[in-house]
Amino acid sequence: MSWLVENYDRLLVALWEHIQLVGVGLAISLALGLPLGVVAARRPGFAVFILLVSGALYTVPALAIFALLIPYLGLGFWPAIVALVAYALLIIIRNVSTGLRQVSPDILDAAQGMGYGPMRRLFAIELPLAMPVIVAGIRITVVTQVSVATVAAFINAGGLGDIIFQGITQDFGEKVVIGAVATSALAVACDEALRRIEMRLRAAQADAL
Amino acid sequence: MIRLEAVSKMFPGAARPAVDALDLEVPSGRTCVLIGPSGCGKTTTMRMVNRLIEPSAGRIIVEGEDVTTVDPVGLRRRIGYVIQQVGLFPHMTIADNVAAVPRLLGWPEARIRERSAEMLSLVGLEPGQFLSRHPRHLSGGQRQRVGVARALAADPPVMLMDEPFGAIDPIVRGRLQEEFLDILRRLKKTVILVTHDIDEAIRMGDLVAIMRDGRLVQYDAPERLLAAPADGFVADFVGADRALRRLSLLRAMDVAEPGESGGLRLPGSLSARDVLSALLAEGRDVATILDGEGRAAGTLTLAAIQRLSVLDNPHPDGTGRA
Amino acid sequence: MLQWIADNPRIFTVALQNHLWISAAALAAVLAIALPLGLALTRRRALAGAAIGIVNVLRTVPSLALLVIMLPVLGTGFLPSVVALTLYGLPALLLNTYTGLTEVDRDIVDAARGQGFSDRQVMTRIEIPLALPVVFAGVRTAAVQIVSAATLAAFIGGGGLGELITSGMANFNFPQLVAGALAVALLALAVELAFAALEWVMTRSTGLRD
Repeated sequence: MSWLVENYDRLLVALWEHIQLVGVGLAISLALGLPLGVVAARRPGFAVFILLVSGALYTVPALAIFALLIPYLGLGFWPAIVALVAYALLIIIRNVSTGLRQVSPDILDAAQGMGYGPMRRLFAIELPLAMPVIVAGIRITVVTQVSVATVAAFINAGGLGDIIFQGITQDFGEKVVIGAVATSALAVACDEALRRIEMRLRAAQADAL
Repeated sequence: MIRLEAVSKMFPGAARPAVDALDLEVPSGRTCVLIGPSGCGKTTTMRMVNRLIEPSAGRIIVEGEDVTTVDPVGLRRRIGYVIQQVGLFPHMTIADNVAAVPRLLGWPEARIRERSAEMLSLVGLEPGQFLSRHPRHLSGGQRQRVGVARALAADPPVMLMDEPFGAIDPIVRGRLQEEFLDILRRLKKTVILVTHDIDEAIRMGDLVAIMRDGRLVQYDAPERLLAAPADGFVADFVGADRALRRLSLLRAMDVAEPGESGGLRLPGSLSARDVLSALLAEGRDVATILDGEGRAAGTLTLAAIQRLSVLDNPHPDGTGRA
Repeated sequence: MLQWIADNPRIFTVALQNHLWISAAALAAVLAIALPLGLALTRRRALAGAAIGIVNVLRTVPSLALLVIMLPVLGTGFLPSVVALTLYGLPALLLNTYTGLTEVDRDIVDAARGQGFSDRQVMTRIEIPLALPVVFAGVRTAAVQIVSAATLAAFIGGGGLGELITSGMANFNFPQLVAGALAVALLALAVELAFAALEWVMTRSTGLRD
């Protein structure tokens, strides 16, 4: 544990970089994914297309994506963000459209009957009701991004993966393990936090209905 | 014959026995309907007969053999079993579903094939059309027909039926009840049928056992149950319109009084309830009842029908169908 | 990509063989562990809750972390790669085996028992066949995850197509890097499609779908 005691600040910096990668990746994914998800909910053809592309992309190893981006985007933070968004975007679009399409037609009918316009209905009724499914998508996204961001150190994007790779090249076992444990802890913590939010949203909806 | 002797079932952690020292005898070839409010122990009682539930105390004798001491798996192969959800095996064809027990018993394949086709015809399904299909292609009523064919395939002398019409839509239910009743009578099966529908109990049962809190409240032919409820609970259970239910059990032919009148002429196969409806609808007070050949066999008056419906007035020939 | 492969057929073939070999070994281990374990857990519900809790945590552990975390204990090479990939693929199949079996309609099981199927017959003739589509979906997920994560085995000396990427990076050999990346991407997609096709054929033959 001596490395950790002397270099905890380096671990914190790596953790902060990791969170930045995931945070920026998630923010961009949501900004693009939410509107596209609404479109997908209205157009089944587009939704099927998204499902196919996301299924295919999801099977491609993260390291391969990073490697393939190098000739076009080079190394560093922003190429890593491109890969993170590519993985996340499709999950978000898929879950937003699924969530919206699960809203009961009776409720939509009632809203329409009460005089809600399409935009009002979307923001006041549909999105709130779809929120548990959307949060479930965010949860999968974040856990995936924490994992992918670890590999991003391979293209010099920083983060906790950096500590792992340094440990490997320096043949320094403790550093490898600390990096691995830290990323695992981050993934498990994010998963648990988002799981609780999801559960609370579901429970609130179950109470209300 | 099925006989339960002082059978009890105590579930772990329950405050009182689900079935409490129950005695019940179902004569060979008869249908006994167990009925009562939820939690009365009717399903538990039935499921102890094929030992899907192990009794805590007492003896259960099926065809002369104490089943509480035999191997339950072998026992179940000798007892037909039909449930509300039908429980057809979705990954098997109708043929394989019907053949399930004969195959467990190791019948030769040729005999199994022949038997499966025979069973499907018996329950009114064209074998050529249905044998190779899968359950998901069948309607609810057709599935339950297959469920009964499967239960009958190994020719068990005894059948257990747990709400077999519960999941069937009301339009099909009546016809299915009639057909199954006819099959079970013809094959002389001894049947225990569980239901919560009093109309079904009266229609299907030679004997009806009304249960409450794990005990038998009344065990009688349906006519007696309607005519002479043992207590307020039974009276409530069979319903305020039990007089009408009772009339619907009586065939006009059987209760007509000698004579002939110029009034309405109605076939004797109608129930007394149908005759009452016709009289009320036509504003008459007497009808001539015709026999099978269309000859006058007697009359029924409003007053006579009213007398028949009065409770505590036993069936004219003193017995029920049992 | 094709040019680099044509120029270096030997390196490429060895990497591909290694990749397939590591993945196959890990998938075999996952099958050998998850199928019996999933079945056993359905018979021991008290243990199942705890086991599923552990598996759910395991499922969120990043693949790179899982591959390197045992480095000080197991060292580098083939075996540690297979062990890590086994752990990585295990959750998908274990969860699907367990839920597939527990989600078999209880009424169908009741009907089978009531007809006189013994406990063993209920398991082999009813529960397992009915759970098979869900179990197979788990096999497919595990296989794709393993083939994909096996790319990272290059970091702990396990070889495979990932090695083309890492050594391509280290030696600024970009044709090799791109060849490795494309090959592994295509391999993962091919495995996904192959298992999807197999799944489709299989569920059709069980009669559960048209």
